[in-house]
Amino acid sequence: MPLEARGIGFRYQRGPWVLRGVDLAVEPGELVGLTGPSGLGKTTLARILAGYERPLEGNVRLDGGPLPVTGYNPVQLVFQHPEKAVNPRWRMRDTLIEGWEPDPELLKALSIERRWFDHWPNELSGGELQRFCLARALGPRTRYLVADEITTMLDAITQTQIWHVVLDIVRERNLGVLVISHDRPLMKHLCNRIVDLESVMSDFPAAAGEGEVGVRPSDFRI
Amino acid sequence: MSSVDAVAVSHSRTGRLPRLNRRQRTLLVIVLSAALLLSVVAGGLLLGNEMLTTNLDQRNLSPSLEHPFGTDWLGRDMLARTLKGLTLSLVVGVLASTVSVLIALTLGMAAATFGRAVDGAVTWLVDLFLSVPHLVVLILIAFTLGGGTKGVILAVALTHWPSLTRVIRAEVLQLRTAEFVQVSRRLGRTRWWIATRHLLPHLVPQILVGLVLLFPHAILHEAAITFLGFGLSPQQPAVGVILSESMRHLSTGYWWLALFPGLALLVMVRAFDILGDNLRSLVDPRIAHE
Amino acid sequence: MIAPEASEPKPILDVRDLSVSFEQYARGLQKKTLRPITSLSVTIRPGEVLAVVGSSGSGKSLLAHAILGILPSNARVTGTLRHANENLTPERQVALRGSDIALVPQSVGFLNPLMRVGAQVRSAAHNGNAAEAQRAIFARYRLAPEVAGMYPFQLSGGMTRRVLVSTAMISGASLIIADEPTPGMHSAVVEETLGHLRELAGEGRAVMLITHDIEAALTIADRIAVLYAGTTVEIASVADFTGDGQSLRHPYSKALWRALPQNGFAVTPGAQPVLDELPPGCLYEPRCPMSTPDCTGARPEVRALRGGVVRCFHAA
Repeated sequence: MPLEARGIGFRYQRGPWVLRGVDLAVEPGELVGLTGPSGLGKTTLARILAGYERPLEGNVRLDGGPLPVTGYNPVQLVFQHPEKAVNPRWRMRDTLIEGWEPDPELLKALSIERRWFDHWPNELSGGELQRFCLARALGPRTRYLVADEITTMLDAITQTQIWHVVLDIVRERNLGVLVISHDRPLMKHLCNRIVDLESVMSDFPAAAGEGEVGVRPSDFRI
Repeated sequence: MSSVDAVAVSHSRTGRLPRLNRRQRTLLVIVLSAALLLSVVAGGLLLGNEMLTTNLDQRNLSPSLEHPFGTDWLGRDMLARTLKGLTLSLVVGVLASTVSVLIALTLGMAAATFGRAVDGAVTWLVDLFLSVPHLVVLILIAFTLGGGTKGVILAVALTHWPSLTRVIRAEVLQLRTAEFVQVSRRLGRTRWWIATRHLLPHLVPQILVGLVLLFPHAILHEAAITFLGFGLSPQQPAVGVILSESMRHLSTGYWWLALFPGLALLVMVRAFDILGDNLRSLVDPRIAHE
Repeated sequence: MIAPEASEPKPILDVRDLSVSFEQYARGLQKKTLRPITSLSVTIRPGEVLAVVGSSGSGKSLLAHAILGILPSNARVTGTLRHANENLTPERQVALRGSDIALVPQSVGFLNPLMRVGAQVRSAAHNGNAAEAQRAIFARYRLAPEVAGMYPFQLSGGMTRRVLVSTAMISGASLIIADEPTPGMHSAVVEETLGHLRELAGEGRAVMLITHDIEAALTIADRIAVLYAGTTVEIASVADFTGDGQSLRHPYSKALWRALPQNGFAVTPGAQPVLDELPPGCLYEPRCPMSTPDCTGARPEVRALRGGVVRCFHAA
């Protein structure tokens, strides 16, 4: 039963379209890579797939039905900057168990140490925080993971640790994963297939990435 | 600024004894200012009313050991009047600012969480209250409730929430877009759970600051409507009453009538201010480690 | 310490045994000391790109802040910082910051959002005709003349990078510190920005590239200093990062190299120690496959090995 995006269109207020006519599907047990120039809406698509944003056009289907509006979302999003994704006023233990109580095996696989539980987020490094965020997102009810540049800000060793855990869980639980990244070698290593966002936007707004033109992508009007 | 400076500065500080770290100093300051405020209240409550009785043999005495704050034109001990007055002011101030903060918190959170209609209604109410001259609303409410202590407290409490409501609403709106709040929702947490666990702790500093800032306002407005005759009766030992009376006697050389009660009011407001600041530095993790 | 070879120019910056610590409050009234940088030593010479590579929490940004003298006030610093053979005192840091030592910052947040970028770049110039210099530098970085009249929010990510590099460039600084100049950017922009930094070194300036991304570092650096838990575990030439890492000296550098997807994606368990729980011996000992009882007893000193520098008892 796939996670599907059908004809997704999105823009903020009356601004230009960030996404238009995006079709994308992730099957259980599949790792799909998503690339595309900066500013083309990869993060927006990630937020829509995980139910953080409602598309203006098209819809997201999980097992053929809509995403739940309340309650635990089987599609979990992990962000690029973990320090923004944890409450700075909570000790790490509370953040970890916010959705479920991760088992010791998962904590061990992610090298999360019990001594960190009583720390505040500002006492841990980005790599350590991201391990917590991933553990938090991998509850038993999670069936799809949207990983938006989750290891871009991390060193190679932490990146490897994190992805090996995800790969193990994908195999064990038949999880589907959307991997958003700029890192080609990483995606080649991880993903079953790699999708370019430009190629799945049937009607895409502007071929502007980081270019020589003195205009941001969002300055384009259609 | 520079690390080497920091080392030098900390060395020069070690000369003082006994050296407390900042958190210990903060707690000490909190305890001292709380003790000061409590002793004012205790003093005010324990002093019997006999000190306030008219004693025409001892009119207009300048400060002495027997009457540290002097006496007024009716021979009443000014220290006793001041303490009584401060206690009353403190009660009015604390009650009024607590009620205001509670109103602001409820309305601010509701506006930011319950959708556009509630937000519109709250914003309208805030604008309405802020557009009418403050003193007019105060007098109106106090007058409607028949004046007296109850009238003053309610009038002050019901008129000081709008600006804090705005602050809290803005804060909650911003917090709701924070990733950790949005994650919580996708993890199946309810709005109420998120409001109490995620939002409320972030609002504590705002609330503390709100309380501190409202407190002098509340006291001064209490004095103001009392002065205008809609508040406490002249027989009650309010600081507002004392100060407005003493204005008439200043030019005749009875300086102590205004100086000591005014100074005492200032010290109390300042103690409250310090208390709030130090509490905030303990509860805010961003500055708690400095 | 390693004596530089006679043919090499004198270092523009010499950091020796730098330690930075902070005091924080633990539970209640107890204070604890955090030591994010422990006896860190690096040198950088004119015309060289030195990459400082480490994970988040390895102290690499604090190193930049220590050099620039912009650490928070509760930081305590020991060790020596020498710039052009003179001690880098706080007064000299203030004097040199922005003129002879320039920072290419991580984020756009360093630009004033209310000031046109041309004016901001010009304000960094210290001698000569600022307007002319700014026009020349914009032309060189393929920034259209009208970009000078734009505000930071109007720039694309790539253009912002070029403006930030322009600021460092126009200052005429002899030492440029680039702190994570390419965070999460598209590969084309990363390459372009790194290319600009390489060019600056080509003009005889010293460039310190601080990054967590070893691949980015390898594309332009001459030497790489690998940081772990606040100390330099190895300083190696770029040429040592090859094959399965057999030329590398420290087990952490090897693990870092082998963790890259193209080099086997090998897992190393464990995590960098948290600042208030540094191990008493070698900082890498808890994760090290080569660990022996010696390693738990004392911290290894840096020593020269095969043309590089390593901090390990067992490296050969």
